[in-house]
Amino acid sequence: MKGFWHDAADFFPILMNGVALTIVVTIGSLLLSTVLGLIWAMMRVSGIKVLSMLSASLINVIRGIPIIVLLFYLYFVMPDLGVTLSALQAAILGLGIAYSAYQAENFRAGIEAIDKGQIEAAQSIGMGWWLTMRRVVLPQAVRIVLPPYGNVMIMMLKDSSQASTITVAELALQGKLIASSTFKNTSVFTLVALMYLTMSIPLILLVRHFEKRAGKR
Amino acid sequence: MIELKDVHKSFGRVEVLKGITASVQKGEVVCIIGPSGSGKSTILRCINGLESYDRGEIGIEGLKVDRDAPSIVNIRTQVSMVFQRFNLFPHRTALENVIEGPLFVKKEPRAQAFERGRALLARVGLAEKADVHPPQLSGGQQQRVAIARALAMQPKAILFDEPTSALDPELVGEVLNVMQRLASEGMTMVIVTHEIAFAREVADRLIFMRDGVVVEEGPARQVIDNPQEAATRAFLSHFHRTGALPPATTAS
Repeated sequence: MKGFWHDAADFFPILMNGVALTIVVTIGSLLLSTVLGLIWAMMRVSGIKVLSMLSASLINVIRGIPIIVLLFYLYFVMPDLGVTLSALQAAILGLGIAYSAYQAENFRAGIEAIDKGQIEAAQSIGMGWWLTMRRVVLPQAVRIVLPPYGNVMIMMLKDSSQASTITVAELALQGKLIASSTFKNTSVFTLVALMYLTMSIPLILLVRHFEKRAGKR
Repeated sequence: MIELKDVHKSFGRVEVLKGITASVQKGEVVCIIGPSGSGKSTILRCINGLESYDRGEIGIEGLKVDRDAPSIVNIRTQVSMVFQRFNLFPHRTALENVIEGPLFVKKEPRAQAFERGRALLARVGLAEKADVHPPQLSGGQQQRVAIARALAMQPKAILFDEPTSALDPELVGEVLNVMQRLASEGMTMVIVTHEIAFAREVADRLIFMRDGVVVEEGPARQVIDNPQEAATRAFLSHFHRTGALPPATTAS
């Protein structure tokens, strides 16, 4: 045990560099997936056939490809097509696209859960599609969507570790590098696990808060 | 001002409107009665473009109602709707519900919309509930807010789709009272209702529908007191047709 604390003190600063990148990747891809997910969801419920079919097939394609393959594609194949991305860019883009499919389905479920009478009331005072969305549907859908959104945040935090496969030196990769050069596997990976857990706990509490709030009214 | 000419409408293979021809004059109060499934509500929903219709024509002051045309927004700002289940926006206060249309659809100046909104809430007896959210209001109060919301659009006519059917009996009076006052002020109203005594008292004209057709129509008192068709007589026999309106217990 004493050895662990000693190692921990040694490795902590290096691992903190990894934590910083983990947070950058998570927030970056969270924002991207939210924006893309909203776009897919809006296309899906637009009532315009071409758009909703396009969005549905896009979501299925994205859902059907493993994140790691998506990352390899962006990082290793895109340069052949003349688009060179840094590892960090590719990671954020890949995770953002991969998760946009889940976000879209979540947003769509929230939008479709709104009572049809609400939409009719909005129409009856002359609101068009976009105004109905912005003023009536989305503000009510947010409450429904937030708890699962929080869960997606937790999953994205953990899945940001997949960026290590394309050389982004986030927490998991930093840990692996230290472990393979010091052979102190137990100390290093215990520490890495604890650091992920520490970052997850606030998010878990946040989800609980969302759930409580969604239960009201 | 509202004209229906041979309007047909089917849901799948069920024909719910089998050629409806009717008209509503400016300032007139028309009640539509009939058993459930007779197509009463569908007519209102077609007039407001919430449903499409298959054949025939609906016109509002000469403008054709076509829910897929851009003109539908214009029509909806001129003809408001009050729903059976109120359909207030639960995330906004009573006052915000009322001014939502004026502010965001009609782009009315904020100060003016707020002032008018408060005045309208006062008119339906809910001045002190302006900042309360709908879930904290009783059904009768919610429906009165919904009427204020409809009035806020300064419509030429208001369509009422069974406005008291979702209410506890003791709350019906306060809503009917507001409607009666509107009628006496000359508002054009089309009301789908089961409140026969109210229809007799307030409506100028009554339309009795069954199975998607107009069976009988005429001056409200005449149709209710002396129905000509057997189907109308059979339907009306289920109701107390006369008597005072249910009292409006309180104004708030």
